[in-house]
Amino acid sequence: MNAMIRTFAVLLITLACAAPAFSAAAQPPAQEPQEQFRPVTELPPQEQYPVLPLLVGAYVFVVVVLFVYLFSLARRLAVVQREVERLDADLKRTSRA
Amino acid sequence: MFARAVWLILRKDLTVEVRSGEIAYTTLFFAVSCILMFSFALVREGRGPEDGAAGLLWIAIVFAGTLALGRTFERERQSETLRALLMAPAARPAVYVGKLLGIVALLAGVEIVLVPLVALLFQARGMLDHPFWLAAILVSGTIGFASVGTLFAAMLIRARSRDVLLPVLLYPVIVPVMIAGVRGTAALLQPAVDTAILQFWLALTVTFDVVFVTLALWTFEPVMTD
Amino acid sequence: MPKWFMPAAAVCGVMFAVSPLIIANAPYEATMGLVQKIFYYHMPSAWMFLTAAIVCGVASVRFLATGNLRSDRTAWAAAELAVLFGLLTLVTGPLWARKSWGVWWVWDARVTSTLVGWMIAWAYLILRRYGGPGSEKLAAGLALFGAANVPFIYISVNYWRTIHPPTTVVPTLVVDMGFPLMWCVATFLLLFIVLMKLRVRIEEQRARLDAIHLALDA
Repeated sequence: MNAMIRTFAVLLITLACAAPAFSAAAQPPAQEPQEQFRPVTELPPQEQYPVLPLLVGAYVFVVVVLFVYLFSLARRLAVVQREVERLDADLKRTSRA
Repeated sequence: MFARAVWLILRKDLTVEVRSGEIAYTTLFFAVSCILMFSFALVREGRGPEDGAAGLLWIAIVFAGTLALGRTFERERQSETLRALLMAPAARPAVYVGKLLGIVALLAGVEIVLVPLVALLFQARGMLDHPFWLAAILVSGTIGFASVGTLFAAMLIRARSRDVLLPVLLYPVIVPVMIAGVRGTAALLQPAVDTAILQFWLALTVTFDVVFVTLALWTFEPVMTD
Repeated sequence: MPKWFMPAAAVCGVMFAVSPLIIANAPYEATMGLVQKIFYYHMPSAWMFLTAAIVCGVASVRFLATGNLRSDRTAWAAAELAVLFGLLTLVTGPLWARKSWGVWWVWDARVTSTLVGWMIAWAYLILRRYGGPGSEKLAAGLALFGAANVPFIYISVNYWRTIHPPTTVVPTLVVDMGFPLMWCVATFLLLFIVLMKLRVRIEEQRARLDAIHLALDA
């Protein structure tokens, strides 16, 4: 255990030595990411149409996948549950016999 | 005590390798054939893909390394030597470090052959102009790969489908190390080498090495105990 | 199933049904317009993916340290949910990106490391399914590396040249956008808990099945 802690300490020190080189080579962003979402109430006119399949597709995808998974879980649980009950009944029968 | 156990295990592996050469030669041959296949497939009119050399070098190292890992631990499994090692009074982490250094040594030997070959076939002579930087990137990247690979290969010794499972488990985890290694090597191929970028990728690789080796040291013991 | 399960599932269902209405009422974003609304499902999915990876890692540590089988079942369930929510994140993200960045995919730090984390979760499931006996401990070892990937995913977007919005976006949201987001996060979190409970239950029943088989054979 002590050897582990010692090893860890050595490795941590190595990491600390690596850190300055890390921060020294900061990269300037190629394209500025958005720092904040700014709300508006009116959509600019050119924004409306091509987006709809993407938007609807995203939401439909999420809902469908979640439903499929939920359904799969419920079915798996039912199968195992049925098997457990069947064997439970068998066990009770054989222990009574 | 720890260092002595590591040295003994490393020496055992190196001795077996020097005597039989089985894993070293087959790994080397496989790595070279990988590079040759890439060359056949991708070189047109004597020119390879732009900046392709770095990526192809690392792919060959990873594929060859995966084979070597599989073979090394298969040999341990067949002779039941791993169980003997784990029963020996050496600390478990020492067994891990010993095996790790053995794999790194093997891959270093493979890389010494691969680098000039890649430089030649893919017009990447720039790689050879800064040997110390290249060595640093290759060593730290190889340690990153081998640290996780040794742990997973040892873990999988008794598992079913272990040959297929090793790459399945290993490759996602080492992707960050590979990216850093490839980017660092690619930085060396630029006409004007930017040392800041080089240092950045090297530092990132070293960070991954530290994290991976630490995690592997923690995990090796509980995972190898039955 | 415990008493809280059915009410929780019902509440979750209702919250999901209501969420599109709440999202529709949120204001549009100035530069991204309508497509930005994918954000309200994309972010909670991403957060649940990271949560699942962390839960899997922590449960795996407990399992390796104590051998507690319940921790192992939790870890397996969490890995499956990580694959699920990771899938949702990695599909809704590109659908949004296609409009706002002009490309389906970029190989930047956050997107790549999210993909890697997702693949680690997949690898966990493959290992549990095909690794044979003893694969619980091996999978736990793998899960540790997956969990170590999580902080990297989260902070990468703040330090690397990347086109993905940084983490400053969420704290600086106006209330009209913050409320739908929090609603969806709460919905997804409730869903996460419900799904975890269901999945762990399956494993518990399977363990019971094994115990009964053993008793019958004895």
